[in-house]
Amino acid sequence: MRTAFIETLFELAKQDERIVLIVGDLGFTVVEPFMKQLPRQFLNVGVAEQNMTGIAAGMALSGKIALTYSIANFPTLRCLEQIRNDVCYHNANVKVVSVGGGFAYGSLSVTHHATEDLAVMRALPGMVVVAPGDPGEARAATCAITAYPGPCYLRLGKAGEPTVHSGTIDFQLGKAICMREGSDVTLISTGGLLQATMRTADRLASEGIEARVLSMHTLKPLDVEAVLSAAAETRMIVTIEEHSIIGGLGSAVAEALAEADGPKIAFKRIGLPSAFSPHIGNQEYMQERHGLTPEAISQCVVRTLQIVPKS
Amino acid sequence: MDKTALSELAKRIRKHCVCMTGKANASHIGSSLSAADILAVLYGKALRFDPQRPDWPDRDRFILSKGHGCAALYAVLAECRFFPMDWLDNYYQNGSPLAGHATHKNIPGVEVSTGSLGHGLALGIGMALAAKRDSSAYRVFCLLSDGECDEGSTWEAALFAPHHKLDNLLAIVDYNKIQSLGTVKEVMDLEPLAAKWRAFGWAVRELDGHDIVSLEEALTEVPYERDRPSCIVAHTVKGKGVSFMEDKLLWHYRAPRGDDLERALAELEKSA
Repeated sequence: MRTAFIETLFELAKQDERIVLIVGDLGFTVVEPFMKQLPRQFLNVGVAEQNMTGIAAGMALSGKIALTYSIANFPTLRCLEQIRNDVCYHNANVKVVSVGGGFAYGSLSVTHHATEDLAVMRALPGMVVVAPGDPGEARAATCAITAYPGPCYLRLGKAGEPTVHSGTIDFQLGKAICMREGSDVTLISTGGLLQATMRTADRLASEGIEARVLSMHTLKPLDVEAVLSAAAETRMIVTIEEHSIIGGLGSAVAEALAEADGPKIAFKRIGLPSAFSPHIGNQEYMQERHGLTPEAISQCVVRTLQIVPKS
Repeated sequence: MDKTALSELAKRIRKHCVCMTGKANASHIGSSLSAADILAVLYGKALRFDPQRPDWPDRDRFILSKGHGCAALYAVLAECRFFPMDWLDNYYQNGSPLAGHATHKNIPGVEVSTGSLGHGLALGIGMALAAKRDSSAYRVFCLLSDGECDEGSTWEAALFAPHHKLDNLLAIVDYNKIQSLGTVKEVMDLEPLAAKWRAFGWAVRELDGHDIVSLEEALTEVPYERDRPSCIVAHTVKGKGVSFMEDKLLWHYRAPRGDDLERALAELEKSA
């Protein structure tokens, strides 16, 4: 996803000199072509995320489209107040980009597990929150947030994520993408678990359960309409995210459902408990340990669906 | 403005601040008074701005990084006719446009909102860097408190500006020697402060932050060196201009009310 992001941004920046990429001394083997060919649109601030974010806001208030870029929690939590006050309060045209959402840096320890970022970013007034599901969505998301005139958070995976979409993607901020139709259950995923979610749907189909799959690439603003349609048209909604179950996709969907009129629907959040992971390992291993594989997710769905009364 | 006019402006700023904080029962009169002369010379002499066009692209940017000293900023902006003088009457009160920290929303002339310390210099750097990259002529002036020199983010910014040769940037430290819970020396000694900025690569001047002539000189001669950001360590007195507030921690918090208010205004009226 980071390759999809940087290649897309590079092309956009060649066409629009307002675009400035600001990195916190990270991006080795990723940002070099941008840095070399567009030096006046590139800035490495060193290991100083608060300064990075303040500078980005200052540049944005002077007409630039500023993107801050770092990994895991560094461009978000380390400089949270700068994002809140300097970026969001000023409605500054800054895009905060984090590489390594969830357990992409699983082996690098808890410091590098970005597992509360969506919740925290979602809470900030004026912040658009985007977590693309595959490299294609990452490309489309990069175009969309760059064109959007205000604060955005872009949560990327790392490298080597599978392409899930085939063909062109109808990507609009705040609009879920229906990946697959189904009437028994709706699986809503955000971020890099899109492929696992699609495979979950395959497994469920083999057991006679037809799953609708929504790629909820934008967490904020949430596509409430898609959620409520799913509630009306399927028997259960399951949210799937590589993020704490507190404050992320599951919470956003739960909020929409809880406030909606009409009968209540069976609902299940699949994600990470509010605990630091005791495990160390690569992303695949971490997903396995935390029940985020197609096998584990489909088992959970089947189990939960069994106790849902048929309407 | 000549020296007398600048002194008069500073005096009016101080009187506004005393009235504003007194009426509102608000804190930070000491921090506003220590910066009054600096703000008078900035707005009376140094900054290029047009109150009719607060978003004029070529305006110099002023950032009050010590956002708690905003009474003085609002006062000088009203004096410069950025907004009506009577806005000051409702400072810090329910429904007022003027909050107790510098706020840009709907306030012409306030460049950015501040209030959490250690944010202003990075914002200013972003603006100065944009000016350099766009070959714009505007300059960025940023007023910091001594207390916010405790913030790591201040020094992240201090490290950056010289590396990027931002000679269109001036940082002024309102060094009034008192912070929130005690003197700077007691809480977190900054000395040698000018040497620290110098060591980080800034062109530094030290001066008496209440001496109009020195301020005029220093604020109009930016940059002090080509390819270096400028820094003024302005030695000031907290509560300057009101004898019973001067150099007193209490007046970081206490609002001048009743007799105190009368005495403060009378003293300021009599001052040169």
